[in-house]
Order: sequence, then C-alpha cells, then structure tokens
Amino acid sequence: MIEGARWRRWVFFNLPLALFVIGLLFPFYWMMVTTVRPDAELYRPWMAPNYTPFWTLNPTLDHIRYLLDETLFSRWMLNTFFISVLATVISLFCGLLAGYALSRLKFPFAGSLGTGIFITYLVPQTLLFIPLADIIRNFRLGDTPWALVLTYPTFLIPFCTWLLMGYFKAIPRELEECARIDGATRWQAMVYIVFPVAVPGILSAGIFAFTLSWNEFIYALVFLSSPEQKTVSVGITSELVRGDVFYWGSLMAGALLGSVPVALIYSFFVEYYVAGITGSVKG
Amino acid sequence: MAVDSVVAARPYVSAPRRGPVTRVLENERWFAFFLLLPTAVLLGLFIAYPFVKGVLLAVTDAKVGVPGNFVGLQNFAVLMNDSIFRVAVWNTILYTAVTTVFKLALGLWLALLLNRHFRAKALTRAFILLPFIIPTVLSTFAWKWMFDPTFSVINWTLFHLGIIRTRINWLGDPGLALISVMIVNIWRGVPFYAISLLAGLQTISPELAEAAAIDGARPWQRFRYITWPLLLPVTMVVVLFSVIQTFADFQLVYILTGGGPANATQLFATYAYQVGVGTGLLGEGAAISLAMFPVLLVVVVVQLLYIRRVETL
Repeated sequence: MIEGARWRRWVFFNLPLALFVIGLLFPFYWMMVTTVRPDAELYRPWMAPNYTPFWTLNPTLDHIRYLLDETLFSRWMLNTFFISVLATVISLFCGLLAGYALSRLKFPFAGSLGTGIFITYLVPQTLLFIPLADIIRNFRLGDTPWALVLTYPTFLIPFCTWLLMGYFKAIPRELEECARIDGATRWQAMVYIVFPVAVPGILSAGIFAFTLSWNEFIYALVFLSSPEQKTVSVGITSELVRGDVFYWGSLMAGALLGSVPVALIYSFFVEYYVAGITGSVKG
Repeated sequence: MAVDSVVAARPYVSAPRRGPVTRVLENERWFAFFLLLPTAVLLGLFIAYPFVKGVLLAVTDAKVGVPGNFVGLQNFAVLMNDSIFRVAVWNTILYTAVTTVFKLALGLWLALLLNRHFRAKALTRAFILLPFIIPTVLSTFAWKWMFDPTFSVINWTLFHLGIIRTRINWLGDPGLALISVMIVNIWRGVPFYAISLLAGLQTISPELAEAAAIDGARPWQRFRYITWPLLLPVTMVVVLFSVIQTFADFQLVYILTGGGPANATQLFATYAYQVGVGTGLLGEGAAISLAMFPVLLVVVVVQLLYIRRVETL
C-alpha cells in the first residue's frame, strides 16, 4: 500500500524486509559454514589478512564424522526423538479429553478448572525444577527417559488443552446431538463425531508439542546425568564443551543436525504451526 | 465412514442395551470427571506437588542427600542481604524490560511489512520463523561462536565497515555481556511477535484504513488511530506471554555466559541453578526460584483479568 515513487518502496519496504531476513537467518548460515570449515581455517583470528568469513574453499566433513563416530550423538538423537514423541502423544491424549470436557460439558467447577489449567500453562519450568528434581529422585525416575516423558506433559497439556478448546467451541453442537439421537453414547459422539472435525487442531497441537519437547533444556539438564541418556541439547552442551575447550566445528555440526528433525516437520506443516502460534495467543 | 457405522448400527426405536461402564459415562458429570482425570493426575503430580514441595524446601536448609531442618524464612533473609541475588533481580528486570520493548517494536514493524502483498510472501514468512522453532540451545551456540572475541565474524564485519577499531569482547566484558545476551533474546523473540501480530493484523478489515485514507488520514495517523487500537488485545496477550518466558529465561544465558562474567548476566533462573544444582543447596535454590513467583503471579492475574474483560465485551 505504499503510494508514490519507486524509491519509497525500496526505502520503506524492500530494504527493511531484506535486513530482517538477513539478520534472522544469518546465524543458521554461519552454523552451516562452520560445520564444513576445516580446523586450520576455523581457528584463524578475524584480524588475520587471509580470514575469509563468509565461505570456505576447502569444505570438510571431518566435524560431522567426529560427531557421529566419537560422540554418542546418534544415541542422543534417538533419545530426544523417543521422549518427544511419547510426551507429545500423552499430551495430545490428555489435552483432547480435557479440552472436550471443558468446552462441551456442564459440570461443577468447570470454570475454575479451566482457569487452573490456564495458570499451569503460564508456569515456567525454571520455577519448579529444584523440587521436581527431588520428586523425580524419590520416584526413582532419575537418569531415565521416563523422567522427561512424564514431566514434559506438564507444560504441553495446558497448551494442547487451550488450543483444542478453541477448535471444539467452533464445532456446532447439532452435529453431536444428531449422533446422540441416533443412539451414539457420549464417548462415541466425542470420538467419532467431534474429534475427526478437530483434526487440523490436533495436528497443530501435536506439531507444536513436538517442537517444544525437542527444545526443552533445563529439565533434561537436571534430571539426566549419564551420557547415554542425554538429549541432543544437553549432550552437545556437556560432551562437546570440555572445560574451556569448545569443539566448535563439531558443536556447529551437532547444532545443525540436531535441528534437522524439527526443521523438517516444520517445513511440512508450516500452516499448522502458524495456526498453533496464533491459536495459543488468542485464548 | 466411522460416522456412518455408528449411525447405522443403532436404530433408535429399540433402546440400546448398555453395560454399567457406559451408563456411568452417560452421566455428564461422571463423563467430565473421567475425561479430566489423566490431566489432573499429571498436573497434580508434577506441578501442584512440586510447588508445595518447593515452598516446603524453601523454608529448610536442605542439601542434596540431606533432608534438612526447618529454618523459617532464613533463606529469604539471607537472599535479601546477598549482593549476587540483588544483581540477579536487577538484571532480570532490565533483561525483561529492554528485550520486551525491542521485540515488540521490531516484531510490529516486521508484521506490518509482512502484511503487504509481495512475491514469495509465504516463503519469507516460513523462513522468518526459523529462529523461533530451532531449539534455543542449538542456535545459541551459533551466537556464542559469532561472539567469540578472537574469531568473531561480527567484529570482522564491524571492523571492515569502519565502525570499530579494536576487538569487542562481546561476552567477556561485564559491561557488554548483558547487552549481548539481550541481542540474542531479541533475535529469537522477534519472529514470534511478528507472526502473532501479523495474525492480528489480518483480522483487521483493510476497508477501515481505506476509508480513513479517503478522509485524508496520513499513514502514521491510520496506524495510530485505526490499526494500533484494533491490534491492542492481541498485543497485550503476546506481551504478557513473552514477559513470563523472558523473566524465567535460563537456556540462553546458561549457554552464552553461565551468568558471568562476575555475575554480570546472572538471572533468577541461572542463579537458582547455580545455588540449587551447582552448589547443592536445595533449600536456598528453591527459595531463589520461588522469589520469581510474586512477579509471575501479577502478570498471570493481569492476563486473566484482561482476557475476561475482552471475553465479556
């Protein structure tokens, strides 16, 4: 909607947008370049005359090889995948049932329960990690994937419930009532009539929950201790940084490969993901 | 297909025979109770219980492996006189306030840019969200490497643009470290603001702005008196969400500086981790974490009141 001369479009639109895109994406480009840069070039100070920051002429796969052969990286990926998928499934299951109950059924304290779930939605992980670590230890779940599979739903369920409530509210009641008149039980009407209509919402919630689990850090850092149990984020942090020594090439390779699953899922379901973000703030 | 089979299987003339389980589930209250049960159990065990436990820990001198004795409010009294804790409180407030202002301003600007029609719009939008979806720890390592004093690409660029003459020690200089951490937080937060606000912008009918333009309103006036007021509800919710997340931030600082140099970037969460997990003083660590609670509570209450007000309008 910019009226007038061409230069105005450049100054007020093209240029700022280009700067935004470059600024937001540059760190990922830097990650990629560093991954394939040989060590000799990597540790050349920026003051050096032959410092070529933005490209490399001798790309190498050494860092990726080191990462895959010398560290437990593939194990960490599997751990993270297992934990994220299970936590997502549990959260979707709970969120579907709770979201249906809160948006469709009349029962005492429905309003206050809804508010309660909304409040837990806003509880950050950093508020509870110390007592929770103690509880995990008492339940003998410490240093097992179950510590995370069971605790990740605490921040995923409120989100899923909240998002799905929005979808359920938009489905006309008549649809369900027809099925009920034809003899469907409440359970059948919910599972066979309402849930299929809410599939886009379920996809959004699931994708979002998966990326949030993949992103989680502090619980994984505190609850897991042995190297073969760790998730990608924690594994890279603790095993590729030894004291003051950073294995930068392999670190960047790990960051890059560790992002791939999330990026892939995201690229397939961008629209659902955006719907998840906007649904989460609409309330 | 599933729908058909349900509908066809039970002609409604003959009353269907149902087992005791189904009969209980047909009662609306019991049905609701069973649907909410799994959620209640999980949230009770891993949110409500830890919260109570956290309060109980905070009034003891518990250490790892030692149950500890009741010490009343001594942990909080110690914190009041703890100079590092005071620094952490101040840093957290500054960190939250500054980054929120920048994230909102830049996010809104980006949203307004994206709200226009241009080629490759969907692609641009998809790429712009990357900083938000890539795991924070992983992208933060890229920033840590970009901030490295000896090998920094940022320094190289600024030097060759003629802006700096000597190297900048982004994360090592106590006066600069918090700013560097803020930059990364803003970088990660802007896409979330932009996409949320863009969704809000798209619900505003363009006819309103056109009508105002015909009446002679300048672009700035159109934004100030039409777009901004209509966008305010979405903006409020986005800001409150982001304030909570930022206030309780941990990963970013843990990776970039670990709270250093000399506690210059220490936040509530990083200090709680250092005391509670690093040193093993569970009671004191829990007290530091819980000290965040009053602020978070205020934000949550504001948010609840605001949502209720919008809903009743």
